[in-house]
Amino acid sequence: MTIQVLAVDDSRTMRDMLNMALRGGGFIPHLAEDGQHGLEVLQDINPDVIITDINMPRLDGFGFINALRADAKWRKIPILVLTTESADTLKARARDAGATGWIVKPFDPVKLVKAIQMVAG
Amino acid sequence: MTQAARQIEASTELLSFRVGGQDYSVDIMSVREIRGSARATSLPYSPPYVRGVINLRGTVLPVVDLAARLGLDTGADSERNVIIVVDLGKRAVGLMVDAVSDILAIPDSELQPPPDMVADDTRTFVSALTIVEGRMIRVLDLNAVLPPQGEEAA
Amino acid sequence: MSDPMEEIRASFFIECEELLESLQDGLQAMADGDDDAETINVVFRAVHSIKGGAGAFGLDDLVRFAHRFETAMDEVRAGRLQPDADALKLFFVSADLLADLVRSARDGTDAPDDVISDVLAGLDALGGAAPAEPEDDFEFQPMALSFDFADPAPAAPAGFAITFTPSDALYASGNEPLYLLRELGESTVRCNTGALPDLPDIDPERAFISWDITLHTAESENTLREVFEFVDGLCTLDIQPLHAPLSDILPPPPADMPALPAPIEADRPEPPAATPDTPRNPAEPRSDTAQANPTVRVDLARIDRLVNLVGELVINQAMLSQSVVEAGLPPNSAVVTGLEEFMQLTRDIQESVMMIRAQPIKSLFQRMARIVREGSAAVNKDVRFVTEGENTEVDKTVIERLADPLTHMLRNAVDHGLESTEKRIAAGKPARGVVTLRALHRSGRILIEISDDGGGINRARVRQIATDKGLIPADAQLSDSDIDNLLFLPGFSTASEVSNLSGRGVGMDVVRSAIQALGGRITISSTPGEGTTFAISLPLTLAVLDGMVIRVAGETLIVPLSAVLETLSLTDKDLRALGPQTHVLQIRGGFVPLLDLGAELGYRQPKQSYVGGIVLLIGQDDGQRAALVVDAIEDQRQVVIKGLEASYGRVPGIAAATILGDGQIALILDPVDLVKNASGRTRIPSTPISLAG
Repeated sequence: MTIQVLAVDDSRTMRDMLNMALRGGGFIPHLAEDGQHGLEVLQDINPDVIITDINMPRLDGFGFINALRADAKWRKIPILVLTTESADTLKARARDAGATGWIVKPFDPVKLVKAIQMVAG
Repeated sequence: MTQAARQIEASTELLSFRVGGQDYSVDIMSVREIRGSARATSLPYSPPYVRGVINLRGTVLPVVDLAARLGLDTGADSERNVIIVVDLGKRAVGLMVDAVSDILAIPDSELQPPPDMVADDTRTFVSALTIVEGRMIRVLDLNAVLPPQGEEAA
Repeated sequence: MSDPMEEIRASFFIECEELLESLQDGLQAMADGDDDAETINVVFRAVHSIKGGAGAFGLDDLVRFAHRFETAMDEVRAGRLQPDADALKLFFVSADLLADLVRSARDGTDAPDDVISDVLAGLDALGGAAPAEPEDDFEFQPMALSFDFADPAPAAPAGFAITFTPSDALYASGNEPLYLLRELGESTVRCNTGALPDLPDIDPERAFISWDITLHTAESENTLREVFEFVDGLCTLDIQPLHAPLSDILPPPPADMPALPAPIEADRPEPPAATPDTPRNPAEPRSDTAQANPTVRVDLARIDRLVNLVGELVINQAMLSQSVVEAGLPPNSAVVTGLEEFMQLTRDIQESVMMIRAQPIKSLFQRMARIVREGSAAVNKDVRFVTEGENTEVDKTVIERLADPLTHMLRNAVDHGLESTEKRIAAGKPARGVVTLRALHRSGRILIEISDDGGGINRARVRQIATDKGLIPADAQLSDSDIDNLLFLPGFSTASEVSNLSGRGVGMDVVRSAIQALGGRITISSTPGEGTTFAISLPLTLAVLDGMVIRVAGETLIVPLSAVLETLSLTDKDLRALGPQTHVLQIRGGFVPLLDLGAELGYRQPKQSYVGGIVLLIGQDDGQRAALVVDAIEDQRQVVIKGLEASYGRVPGIAAATILGDGQIALILDPVDLVKNASGRTRIPSTPISLAG
């Protein structure tokens, strides 16, 4: 079964690049532009992994993850956060919020694929 | 020109035509098309050699009476007039001539610069000369034909 | 097929423009007193997103600057910094610099180095931790484990013995040990279930299982630890290199452990807990996600082609109508009515297509805001820049061609229009000068106004300069408005000293030509002591015009309908001779100059008599009127404008051309230009004038 990935980022460029990298990695990508949109999109799809940016309008990454972890359906889904900072504080914060792992921007497509494999098989 | 000849030296293909009783030519690379004469809409305050503009498939094409421009005998307008549409930088211009003659391939070595002659200012319109079958063909300097853009036609 | 990365890169720069625009908006809102958290977030995110994308394309200069800017904005966002007026000014300058860096990255030109270091120093001074350079990637740095092996160990360990004990939190974070173990590759795994309570007592949220893994690999310990990167801190991980026999490394099993189950091969996995369902619908197509107003990005060249094609369609249709008329079909016939419906449809299509190219003038206004900012800084004046009507929609090509004229006029306003701060205070005005840029639609045209509340035009000085330069005779009789218009004469410049901005020899005449090339016109009005206003009037679209088709001296011309006030027939009662060569028309108590169109355009000499002639009364925004004598009025129709500038050049009195139904080109009159330069000659003088053309 091909792994499906929901990628959430408010930057159109980032979404384009994630789309390209995910397809290249053999995954099926779905895209959303902020946490709110991500929640809406999740009503219709069943991804194996969620990749989300932190800084987004309407509902930011932390809010999105909180909403997901509070929902029985998405409580255990692997969630990778996209971050431009490698500061440990941010990673700790991401993890506290319930993230499974992280991907540093600018992302290396190979590392992206590997990260997904590490959390979703 | 044979393949062999082309390989030997660079040459230019010219479209030759008659205008004002003389033989002229232009580099075929600048020729967009040849069409029959059409009634031009005259432009106020344009130089006497500018006939006006015609509709070339939806675009506005200025037409120059080449004989008038070169200071040659303009003769009578006739239905036989031909308009050679040439590219002049970013724009196109129609040159109204008497008739189109031929397409000639002239080796570059046979194109000579015209000598300096004070009386006629044809040198300003002629970029090169060549002889074909005993006749002298003038190669027209297209840039000299129309005033540069931006100048108000006075 | 184009390279997808190139496409994304191009799209990134377009996105940057949008981000820069919202960055400006956000900063402006902050400057106006908005301290809403979301506003600050908008600004932060704009810089953050530009940085993110720039990183992906390796645009290092841009990333570096954006990072420092972002750090400063983060201070504001976190509430650690309350931006004062100076800080905001710095932010505006930083935003301008960011825009420059984006554009130089896009165009491959050099970044503006000289100011960057100053701005960066300013940003750093605003606080925030010493900015950390963004790292390329996160490499987990493990603590070096000390091994003490007597025997000569090989350079790389033959493998590792790993004990992996997940905590409750590991599962809560969404990690799944199965995938991690699988990442290790082929290995021997022993599952420790000793801590598992009896089935009824098992809390599925908690972790009870650990694994002992024997992994034979040539990979380094670092690479190994990377697998567990995400669960660092969420588990107990013990990694020992395999040099010594296994029994010396592995801890003895706990005494109270029951019999161990058989070792589980790591690569015979248990089925995953949840099998994903086949999705019913994919989220959305590859292009932009849907919003309230779905938009599509279109190549401008395609739109231009579409505009041209629609133009051809209209011309073609006009030719068809002509043929139908000439074929003598009765007006009620199906063909004629069908054709009329067809024409209406085409007109609708044309209107819709024209509006595709229209976009809000806002981006231009934002560019102008920067011009005013830089200008006022250069001459040390405090200037408030006000814009109105930034959502006014204008054809994109018009917007682009307005940039230079507006830049010049705004610089003039700041430099010359506004007085120095001292003078303003002395005159009882607020120290801060105001420059206003306004755009609106009015009667089928676009109006753009630039005003300042400065000292107004110094008419005495203008007049003097014009006289000194020989532009007017010393004793010329000039109204205030005439003097103001002297500014438009070529070769005129009021700068007695070259200031930082405007001493470039570019005059208002160049501005006016640029506006006229767009089919527009520009007027000045000024009140001494109070200020000056430039008013630009532009056609709504460049492509189509409602016109009156007239004939004069055998030529067919189009007169823009917007200029025609009324049409009249001349009687000898209205006609009055003015001077030896001119006439006026008496109309409703006023007098209007009579112009013979045929003569003005050089088609023929003035007529012997104008009695019984047909006249178009034309007028424009500035109130000037004229009576234009034509031979016949044929029709009224909408025509497609074809420029003459590109193909030929400027023709006096003529705005453009069009192609009529019969395929002939007809010239479109520029009434303002014609009237302005008209000779007014409507009587043959004793010596004949020479005909042009």
